[in-house]
Amino acid sequence: KVQLFLIFKNSGFLWFRISEDTQQQIIRETFHLVSKRDENVCNFLEGGLLIGGSDNKLIYRHYATLYFVFCVDSSESELGILDLIQVFVETLDKCFENVCELDLIFHVDKVHNILAEMVMGGMVLETNMNEIVTQIDAQNKLEKSEAGLAGAPARAVSAVKNMNLPEIPRNINIGDISIKVPNLPSFK
Amino acid sequence: MALKMVKGSIDRMFDKNLQDLVRGIRNHKEDEAKYISQCIDEIKQELKQDNIAVKANAVCKLTYLQMLGYDISWAAFNIIEVMSASKFTFKRIGYLAASQSFHEGTDVIMLTTNQIRKDLSSPSQYDTGVALTGLSCFVTPDLARDLANDIMTLMSHTKPYIRKKAVLIMYKVFLKYPESLRPAFPRLKEKLEDPDPGVQSAAVNVICELARRNPKNYLSLAPLFFKLMTSSTNNWVLIKIIKLFGALTPLEPRLGKKLIEPLTNLIHSTSAMSLLYECVNTVIAVQRHVPSFQLCVQKLRILIEDSDQNLKYLGLLAMSKILKTHPKSVQSHKDLILQCLDDKDESIRLRALDLLYGMVSKKNLMEIVKKLMTHVDKAEGTTYRDELLTKIIDICSQSNYQHITNFEWYISILVELTRLEGTRHGHLIAAQMLDVAIRVKAIRKFAVSQMSTLLDNAHLVASSTQRNGICEVLYAATWICGEFSEHLQEPQHTLEAMLRPKVTTLPGHIQAVYVQNVVKLYASILQQKEQAAETEAAQAVTQLMVDRLPQFVQSADLEVQERASCILQLVKHVQKLQAKGVPVAEEVSALFAGELNPVAPKAQKKVPVPEGLDLDAWINEPLSDSESEDEKPKAMFHEEEQRQAKHRLPEVDEEELARRREARKQEQANNPFYIKSSPSPQKRYQDSPGVEHIPVCPPYVRLEEERRHRQRLEKDKRRKKRRDKEKKGKRRHGSLPTESDEDIAPAQQVDIVTEEMPENALPSDEDDKDPNDPYRALDIDLDKPLADSEKLPVQKHRNAENAKSPEKEDVPVVEKKSKKPKKKEKKHKEKERDKEKKKEKKKVRSAPRPVPVPVCALELGIRDNSEYTGHGDSESRQGAKPSKHKKKHKKEKEEQPKDKKRSRKKLLGSEEAPGEPVQNGALEEEPLPVRGTSLMIALLLQTYSVQGSLQDSQVTVSIILENLSGSVLKSMELSVLDSLNTRMARPEGSSVHDGVPVPFQLPPGVSNEAQFVFTVQSIVMAQKLKGTLSFIAKDDAGATHEKLDFKLHFSCSSYLTTTPCYSDAFAKLLESGDLSMSSIRVDGISMSFQNLLTKICFHHHFSVVERVDSCASMYSRSIQGHHVCLLVKKGENSVSVDGKCSDSTLLSNVLEEMKATLAMC
Repeated sequence: KVQLFLIFKNSGFLWFRISEDTQQQIIRETFHLVSKRDENVCNFLEGGLLIGGSDNKLIYRHYATLYFVFCVDSSESELGILDLIQVFVETLDKCFENVCELDLIFHVDKVHNILAEMVMGGMVLETNMNEIVTQIDAQNKLEKSEAGLAGAPARAVSAVKNMNLPEIPRNINIGDISIKVPNLPSFK
Repeated sequence: MALKMVKGSIDRMFDKNLQDLVRGIRNHKEDEAKYISQCIDEIKQELKQDNIAVKANAVCKLTYLQMLGYDISWAAFNIIEVMSASKFTFKRIGYLAASQSFHEGTDVIMLTTNQIRKDLSSPSQYDTGVALTGLSCFVTPDLARDLANDIMTLMSHTKPYIRKKAVLIMYKVFLKYPESLRPAFPRLKEKLEDPDPGVQSAAVNVICELARRNPKNYLSLAPLFFKLMTSSTNNWVLIKIIKLFGALTPLEPRLGKKLIEPLTNLIHSTSAMSLLYECVNTVIAVQRHVPSFQLCVQKLRILIEDSDQNLKYLGLLAMSKILKTHPKSVQSHKDLILQCLDDKDESIRLRALDLLYGMVSKKNLMEIVKKLMTHVDKAEGTTYRDELLTKIIDICSQSNYQHITNFEWYISILVELTRLEGTRHGHLIAAQMLDVAIRVKAIRKFAVSQMSTLLDNAHLVASSTQRNGICEVLYAATWICGEFSEHLQEPQHTLEAMLRPKVTTLPGHIQAVYVQNVVKLYASILQQKEQAAETEAAQAVTQLMVDRLPQFVQSADLEVQERASCILQLVKHVQKLQAKGVPVAEEVSALFAGELNPVAPKAQKKVPVPEGLDLDAWINEPLSDSESEDEKPKAMFHEEEQRQAKHRLPEVDEEELARRREARKQEQANNPFYIKSSPSPQKRYQDSPGVEHIPVCPPYVRLEEERRHRQRLEKDKRRKKRRDKEKKGKRRHGSLPTESDEDIAPAQQVDIVTEEMPENALPSDEDDKDPNDPYRALDIDLDKPLADSEKLPVQKHRNAENAKSPEKEDVPVVEKKSKKPKKKEKKHKEKERDKEKKKEKKKVRSAPRPVPVPVCALELGIRDNSEYTGHGDSESRQGAKPSKHKKKHKKEKEEQPKDKKRSRKKLLGSEEAPGEPVQNGALEEEPLPVRGTSLMIALLLQTYSVQGSLQDSQVTVSIILENLSGSVLKSMELSVLDSLNTRMARPEGSSVHDGVPVPFQLPPGVSNEAQFVFTVQSIVMAQKLKGTLSFIAKDDAGATHEKLDFKLHFSCSSYLTTTPCYSDAFAKLLESGDLSMSSIRVDGISMSFQNLLTKICFHHHFSVVERVDSCASMYSRSIQGHHVCLLVKKGENSVSVDGKCSDSTLLSNVLEEMKATLAMC
């Protein structure tokens, strides 16, 4: 099962319930563990004790400034989860059209909606990127149709708000997301 | 209205949305907390508005704040409001928030049930999807129970998108509501062959997750999975299946054999590394096939040598699995693994460290440890360094210090390790120092000299006084110096070091050891000086003690203070005597005379309770609450006696007190674990009045010790012989002098002393079981047919379309073993009950679990051994007659029973409880059966599982105990009257009359399964064993000791195991001619032949070999390897069964049983 997912150093998603304080502590410590790792070391980390149970393992991938970290137990295939992260990042790239770090920061809700199509209740739900993208698109369409006319002014305002922000550089790309793990043909 | 809406949306434009919030937080880095509290205030305002869009926006922001670690449980109700919005946009926001913040303690969660049900049946697949996703995160037992049926319906939804989500969420439902597993399982199994790969993958995922915890229940799915494995091309599915097989093969060796070929093919053919890795892992688990095992080890080596660090890591991980079973195979790759120790990657180094455990030998231990020590110096992170430290200790101490040839070297290593600052494993080093110093006598002199140096430099290690820090080694050092003070070079110097003021900064428990050992050291110095007739020097030492001890008397730690003040007074007394010129050394050292023996860590726990001692029984009958406090003594004593009792303690004369105190001190001093231990028995004696008659004589203690020592020596000799054969032994238990059988001679004569264990210590397995394992509840047999009572609770008003019963359309297995046998089943039982002349009242468990196959039937009676019926009337004790009870019960009611009897009345009420199961039929909202006040019900469920088929066969009987009473049942003990043939396996040392404790307690309404092992010599005859379950029922009114009688019926059929047999093998068997033959014929049978066969398969564990028209050959095998072959022929109205079996008695008994079954058809 998948226990935890996080991208940012201060927020994450856990598939089990604990107090917010412990949650923050786990996230911070996990991020600390992962971020101090060198390049070119393996992508597995035995930080499972943070979450309880030596059965758990941290599996992460590093893209430019972002770390995608999953904490999984021994029922998951390590290399499989690495592929899953790749699928996730590629899906983000498709859904956000050239995803950049700030997309993820400002649209945490969307990130979670995408994640929910891949992992549900801690179990891997879907690994096929096209299927995920199709479902996400359909849901976005539904949302747009619901907003209808009433949504238009809100969108306009939000666009204006964003316009005033010189701080959103669209060019912080999260790196070459087409890197593949050697020897790992992606799953069907 | 329209205007309001427009206004709402215009308002909304100026509300902060999530992006604004994120931006704001980023812009307020300095005063983030303040900014957020402002935002939360705004959000609270927004939540008060009617506009759902505003609310949703607010909840959306809250979700973000929750992810940042802010508690949003206060908004739970608002979240539900947003969840129930009609628009998908808002619904999704609501469910996301709920999935983040709801938990089992959220009280409003029960309000969501209907909303979720509505969403689940929504025409929009995305409404359903979002509800399923949300529910998967916050499902509670109540939600699971109420929604299980709705979700199960969704498993057959037309849209694969919904199907896969519904399938996946079932896992969560099973976890929270285990009763749903059996009814839902057939459909789940169906989904394994769903046309949509996503759904199929989800089903595989769920079953694998279930099977991982309780693999034995899923063995029957092996053929299906095997088919999937050879046909599927989805790597995710393949990986899961192969992982599952890894868990199944240890249970079914034949499976492993079958797997080898496809797995080897996959290893050769696949290009996906992940798949290859899992194949290798599973082949390792299979283990039996040598060539493919070698292939795997080769593949692993390639992985480890790979430049990809991930593969290297996984290679090492898999190696550690091999290490457990084939250490030799790993040892041949030592070079590679040692190389990995130098890897820059910590994860890889850790894995390599794990493997080292199996790499060491006498030859290379020192070299490897030296290498590790250099790593210790280099390691920067404390985690890795601590890991190194524990590994060094593990490696050195493994198998009772098997690889250590030079203990001086080991002590030096330990001392060197004390240089580690900031470690959290100080206690580990300390424990090793103590262990080695106590158990290796030859090393004591060296150890003492090292420890005294350590004490001298205590300031170096004492700098960090954190608990479990390195300062713990001072605990060991000071104890060793004190206990073995005769080896000290400069005792005076060490004494001074131990009395330094700095010591008072150490943690209390260490100071306490200091104080205690200061006296030991003092005693030995005193002796030395007196022998040398240096009176002044002796007095000087005493003076030093008197001067320095007060610093401990002032300690804030109670233990230290108490010891210090006692000892200070003692020393002052000694000083007085010294002043008079009386020699005291002899007496002072008498305090610490004798040698301490090492005691195994769990020894105390293992002391068996002596026969006849019931620790839970009242010593005096408890007084009823109705009597007031003042009256109590009156009833028991005359007045004078009462006064006497009160004053007894102070009246004990001083001498006696002093004597006892002395004895107690000695006891403490002799007990190195005194500090940690619970109050010693002697101490307790002191506290209670009237102990004069109990001899507290030290000589006895000494004698006892000597006796035990002798016994131990004898035992050692015996064990040594055994040990010569089987060299390996666990460190703690195997406890023999290391044999210098290898080429390297030990540096000194090593004698590792055994740790003491009480005689007839109980086996240790029980310690490891965790009764609280959440997955235990899912240990459910899935192969048995469903009972009617097992339907999931369905809401009454729901559409027939949705609620169509899943059981009816279910997979063939269920069809085959349809419900008919079930009824017969009950009939059969009823008949048996009749046989018992209705002496025992039997109740049928009404929980959703079905009445199981009576592989072994259990008959119950209620026995009440308290005064009520227990006036020596053994007849009424054994299987109390219900009618009698009822009568008495009635009478009692009329009589307005006294308080004392209240509890019993409840128990007797059980007789009126319904004896038939309450079915969770479709009309029942609440699936719980009517519990009433029934006492308790035990039912037998499990088939025997065979463990060994040598001379004596072991069978395991699982008994499910359900508590239907309102009291907590504890201290349950099952005792069975053994027969010559069948015996219950009891812990070593306990007598035939002892019960076997049930390892759990049962709160009201809870059921649990206990397993008991029986040894059966001959299986050719059926057996009935009488037994009693004794327990303590505790409720508000008090605790009562109760008993329940039952009978265990071991039928011959239950020793048969369903074993498939091919027709050619079957024919050969029949031809062989060494089978005896017998036959039966039953008339008046109307049942169809198919059903008949199913019945025989089901009840008697046969499998059909071949069937032609109305004639079938069947086969089964007993656990002791008897072949049983049947030829079943159906005539017009009759059935004839011809049997051939390697044992004629077995055959006739089985046929007899079969006749009884068939007679009911």
